[in-house]
Amino acid sequence: MSAEQSPKIVIVDESPIRAAILEEGLREAGFTQVVHIREMQSLLARIYAVDPDIILIDLENPSRDVLEAMFQVSRAVKRPIAMFVDQSDSASIQASVEAGVSAYIVDGLKKERIKPILDLCVSRFNAFAKLQEELERTKSQLEDRKIIEKAKGILMRVKGLNEDEAYVLLRSTAMREKKKIGEIAQSIITASEMLK
Amino acid sequence: MSGPLRIGFIPLVDAAALIVAVDKGFAAAEGLEVELVREVSWSNVRDKLNIGLFDAAHLLAPVAIASSLGLGHVKVPIVAPFNLGINGNAITVSPALLSALMEEIDGDRFDPMATAKALARVVAKRRKAGAEPLTFGMTFPFSTHNYQLRFWMAAAGVDPDEDVRLVVLPPPFMVDSLKSGHVDAFCVGAPWNSIAVDLGVGHILHFVSDILVHAAEKVLAIRQSWADKNPDVVAALVRAAEKAADFIEHPENRTEAARILAQPERIGVDAEVIQRTLDGRLKISPDGTFRESDRYLLVGREGAGRPDPVQAAWLYAQMVRWGQAPLTPDGVKTAMAVFRPDLYEAALGHRRPVEAPAPFGAFAGPAFDPTDISGHLEAFEVGRWKA
Repeated sequence: MSAEQSPKIVIVDESPIRAAILEEGLREAGFTQVVHIREMQSLLARIYAVDPDIILIDLENPSRDVLEAMFQVSRAVKRPIAMFVDQSDSASIQASVEAGVSAYIVDGLKKERIKPILDLCVSRFNAFAKLQEELERTKSQLEDRKIIEKAKGILMRVKGLNEDEAYVLLRSTAMREKKKIGEIAQSIITASEMLK
Repeated sequence: MSGPLRIGFIPLVDAAALIVAVDKGFAAAEGLEVELVREVSWSNVRDKLNIGLFDAAHLLAPVAIASSLGLGHVKVPIVAPFNLGINGNAITVSPALLSALMEEIDGDRFDPMATAKALARVVAKRRKAGAEPLTFGMTFPFSTHNYQLRFWMAAAGVDPDEDVRLVVLPPPFMVDSLKSGHVDAFCVGAPWNSIAVDLGVGHILHFVSDILVHAAEKVLAIRQSWADKNPDVVAALVRAAEKAADFIEHPENRTEAARILAQPERIGVDAEVIQRTLDGRLKISPDGTFRESDRYLLVGREGAGRPDPVQAAWLYAQMVRWGQAPLTPDGVKTAMAVFRPDLYEAALGHRRPVEAPAPFGAFAGPAFDPTDISGHLEAFEVGRWKA
């Protein structure tokens, strides 16, 4: 695909990582003209300057309503603009909203060319969401580990246990109370701080 | 019914009946399990409702109508069996614009015709001086805020598309934009006007009830196809919202209602600011001037919950006036069919006594007649409407 043929794509996203993932995917797929806009200040001016064929925006971006207004005021833009793909393609709309991305397509761009872009965005957004989830999980595991270490220390000091015994006590209490071991550890820390 | 209902909302005080219905247990008492989902933009609320990620939503009344007409986006018929609020917006101006208006005003500062005429003179002066046009912020192209601003300024001959700039801003960005001079004024719902006043960056110029005495604001919006399949759930939801609205309107419950709404996962601002809105007692200037109006926001009073198709017709007429929609008999019919008093009355099992004043009570123009929208629009000088 030559540069002339490649549609101009603007990515509006405040997350630089997600935008990079998206941009990379689009470039790999042969879309050479990709611009990332991160700042929401003077968003419209920047979009006008790029004059894109497609705008991709993260659904959690409050400036979506600003974009919608831009499409309403057709006098202000060079070409009439339509949103998403079209009425009949509700599956694409659903997939993209569920993944958290919204696509605005400038009228005149062929439908066949939009579909692969949208599909790619949806899969990249989903991949990013999974990554984010894993990161959160790892973070909370790390956090838990720190709390458990601290609670073990308290138990060892107060009850004269060794490290293994302290851990076994934490674990068995968690099982009995049907709680996470991290929660039991946290309550030990809280209690010990209150009793100081 | 499978699983909890998912209902989207935007953190604004006029989501009160919905939030209180869930958090105070009125929904549970109707056998409903509801998950409220906080959203960041009206486009999101509309899209998630349209594709079925939400079963219902707190929605701008004009967005429900636009969606049913297929304006600006895909066409998905929406019904509104409950009106979440009447009025509730205000126009806030920067200190600089307020003093410019006060220099030009001939008459009462709270008379919208006097302020609109003052605005017309300020606009003319600025043009003569070669200054940039004034910029007004509002929340969405299909919004009461957009139509209220336009209605007000056009009454004095200010053309909202030619003489000033109207820009969309997400409500949480309004205050910053006023402070930074990005906009000179805005029209938005609570709590944002009060926050601008509290931060000393704005003055409330008008409650929108100065412009239109009684205007539908937000609705409980449901996809028509879903409503048709789940009439019992819709009825239960309406009853829960009606009970919540009644609860909120009792002055002795206001503090509790404000506390519920202030929760970080709901509106997330000071309960005191929210209570000012519910009480209709708003600080309008940073110097501490208060203004009271029992019409600031009606949640349950004067039959506010009952959707009135005449209100839908008026909103459609504004879309026509400002070039967003063509005027067709089908368009009027479709718009009016969005507001469903029949569903409201069926849910409550009886027709509630309604002491509502005549709708609108507009400060300018002839009384609105939904059977003669073209005749009504003819009476206005400024507009994008062509017969």
